[in-house]
Amino acid sequence: MSGPSDYQPSHPALKWIERRLPIMNFVYGSFVAYPTPRNLNYWWTFGAILSFMLVAQIVTGVILAMHYTPNADLAFRSVELVVRDVNYGWLLRNMHAAGASMFFFAVYVHMFRGLYYGSYKEPREVLWILGVIIYLLMMATGFMGYVLPWGQMSFWGATVITNLFSAIPYVGDSIVTLLWGGYSVGNPTLNRFFSLHYLLPFLIAGVVGLHVWALHVAGQGNPAGVDVKSEKDTVPFTPHATIKDMFGVSVFLILFAWFIFYMPNYLGDADNYIPANPGVTPAHIVPEWYYLPFYAILRSIPNKLAGVIAMFSAIIVLVFLPWLDTAKTRSCKYRPLAKQFFWLFVITCILLGYLGAQPPEGIYVIAGRILTVCYFAYFLIVLPLLSRIETPRSLPNSIADDVLAKAGKAAPMVSTVIALMVAGGVFLGSAQSARAADETPPSQSWSFAGPFGKYDRGALQRGLKVYKEVCSNCHSLSYIAFRNLGDPGGPGYSEAQTKALASEYKIKDGPNDQGEMFERPGRPADYFPSPFPNEQAARAANGGAAPPDLSLIAKSRSYERGFPWFIFDFFTQFQEQGPNYIVGILTGFEDKPPAGVSIPDGSYYNKYFPGHAIKMPKPLSDGQVTFDDGSPATVQQYAHDVATFLMWAAEPHMEERKKLGMQVFIFLIIFAGLMYFTKKKVWADAH
Amino acid sequence: MGTLATLWPFISQMNPDAATIAAGAPIEVDLSPVAEGQDIKVFWRGKPIYIMNRTKKQIEEARTVAVDSLRDPQSDEARVKAGHDNWLVVIGICTHLGCIPIAHEGNYDGFFCPCHGSQYDSSGRIRQGPAPLNLPVPPYQFVSDTKIQIG
Repeated sequence: MSGPSDYQPSHPALKWIERRLPIMNFVYGSFVAYPTPRNLNYWWTFGAILSFMLVAQIVTGVILAMHYTPNADLAFRSVELVVRDVNYGWLLRNMHAAGASMFFFAVYVHMFRGLYYGSYKEPREVLWILGVIIYLLMMATGFMGYVLPWGQMSFWGATVITNLFSAIPYVGDSIVTLLWGGYSVGNPTLNRFFSLHYLLPFLIAGVVGLHVWALHVAGQGNPAGVDVKSEKDTVPFTPHATIKDMFGVSVFLILFAWFIFYMPNYLGDADNYIPANPGVTPAHIVPEWYYLPFYAILRSIPNKLAGVIAMFSAIIVLVFLPWLDTAKTRSCKYRPLAKQFFWLFVITCILLGYLGAQPPEGIYVIAGRILTVCYFAYFLIVLPLLSRIETPRSLPNSIADDVLAKAGKAAPMVSTVIALMVAGGVFLGSAQSARAADETPPSQSWSFAGPFGKYDRGALQRGLKVYKEVCSNCHSLSYIAFRNLGDPGGPGYSEAQTKALASEYKIKDGPNDQGEMFERPGRPADYFPSPFPNEQAARAANGGAAPPDLSLIAKSRSYERGFPWFIFDFFTQFQEQGPNYIVGILTGFEDKPPAGVSIPDGSYYNKYFPGHAIKMPKPLSDGQVTFDDGSPATVQQYAHDVATFLMWAAEPHMEERKKLGMQVFIFLIIFAGLMYFTKKKVWADAH
Repeated sequence: MGTLATLWPFISQMNPDAATIAAGAPIEVDLSPVAEGQDIKVFWRGKPIYIMNRTKKQIEEARTVAVDSLRDPQSDEARVKAGHDNWLVVIGICTHLGCIPIAHEGNYDGFFCPCHGSQYDSSGRIRQGPAPLNLPVPPYQFVSDTKIQIG
């Protein structure tokens, strides 16, 4: 039911437009005068949050597409150049990457709201199905988007997921070749994923339009699940729902800003900072968190085709929900049994998500199977059964009555917190990892840790010296240009110093007018040259193992923190696994492996290197590098300083990021506060 | 009919283009540097190919298994070229979900896939774990005793 449509603009120019395209009437009827139930709680603001996030992703996405190159040889670098060189590129990239996670977080809340309050029931079945279509489009968009940076996880995630289609009998392999555009995931695949990733969000926008239309036909549901009966039950959308939505969005933005400015890599995988390598499979292929429950279901079934069918069925079953749950009572508020099963279902989903990230061994496999059964049982057994046998509590007579009765009742947030605590408790009781835990490197103290962290200039300059005198003999630093050494937030050299430093290097250039390549002194715009002309030369000189480029090493190496640390880390902003690992490696060499451990010839034993056998000989010894500022010439000092330098190399805009983050945070908190008080004022007469 | 005819070019363009197919042309590999017990990895059509020079022990272990007991029954003899039984040429892509198994690992001295624990024997046949099929053998022939052409 659209709202009353008796709006007539007074200005003659607007009247002229209105007669030809009654857009103002339409907007007024749908979003201003539109009657909205007066008992909606904050779970209802997520529709507006999702609309906001869709616009945010499209805007940041289109802008990023102006700088991104969808070619397998260039994609990874183009993303790094966006982050390093494009003005505020780091901000746009973080917004888009964190935005995808926030988009999915909001959509899951929105879907669980629908499950709890029976939003899929008559007459909102089509609305619900349109929602499932939006969800499927979102999953496809997210999957393709993750492939675009062309990191290790991008490539191997694409390989695994496209390989799923080979499970289809007879035509499976042909379909996979069609999807790939080649004999494996490669450049054609990347290019088409970029095209489709750009397209799909606009399809999503179209379906969202249908979704909102379908919503306005039926009218919004409400927490009581009771239909609107009279004008007393509703309030005009503007200003009541509008201000509530704005408050909801501003609180959501605070969470969003936390990820953008302070924990940009928390939800990602360190392996995606390693350029895609078709010859090396990462030890653990893990999709992004929003796919984890379905990944767990896929791996639970030992048969390949059945696993694929189970995974897709887990989403398709949602379409049939209006016909599986035929109970007349909409809201779980009045369905005591359904309510309990709902929360068990939420816990099942969270646990499946946790399992999706674990290696498929031992107890994880068994737990995964049990939980997959629970997941399907909720839809196929529990809900149909409850429709038949449950006696619901009596509903309020009307929405107006529900609002009057609500005074003094606990907010729904409380039950959420309890559910999450139960989920946490279940985690606590679950078995330890089946894998033998490699020793994790000890945590060092870093000047750049925390919300106010800054790079220690002295450490950066000393670290550069260590790199130049020791590491650069084998390791390249190809994303750092000499001019970066003079950028704010870095080692802080002057323009003259960077020029002088650059000119010490010989850079290959050409061809000249005679067609020959020549050498010239470096300029600030040049990048640090690689010690080897190509990867094969690097391997040949180092016993078969190519020394990795160090530009991103501080972000591409990590280790598990385990439960419950990874939860605390989110709040303490701990994200220094990379630098801790670097110090661990540099100081972790032992002359002899421990008793009973043998390592191949030509390798060296290192405590913290995965597998313990590293091809790099111990690079640092005391007294190797002398520092002008008199800092101790010890291995520990070298390791700490070079790790600080490498963290800067990986994240040159960190100081700017944290500074802007603080400003944004303060603004958002004030803004949210203002919205809250305005909301209270607007609603004062409605309660 | 007209619609299908119109639609076909749009679908067909997704298949590998001419350049990709050309890059997938056959390659020759020289086997002389590969000693007994060693293996090398080459790339053909974007896929890793393991070429293993098997020891007598590996060949024996592969041949004493009852073929019927295998998940994907295939005799070792059917997977190698007669007269060149010590050479195993397989595509190094796990038939489960596409990771690259590690050579000379696992309980069968064959291949071990670190992703989900599939284990293949010294003939590249699946013995343990979730993979459904044996490691595929690409089309290849011996152009001389020390050289093969793959493709």
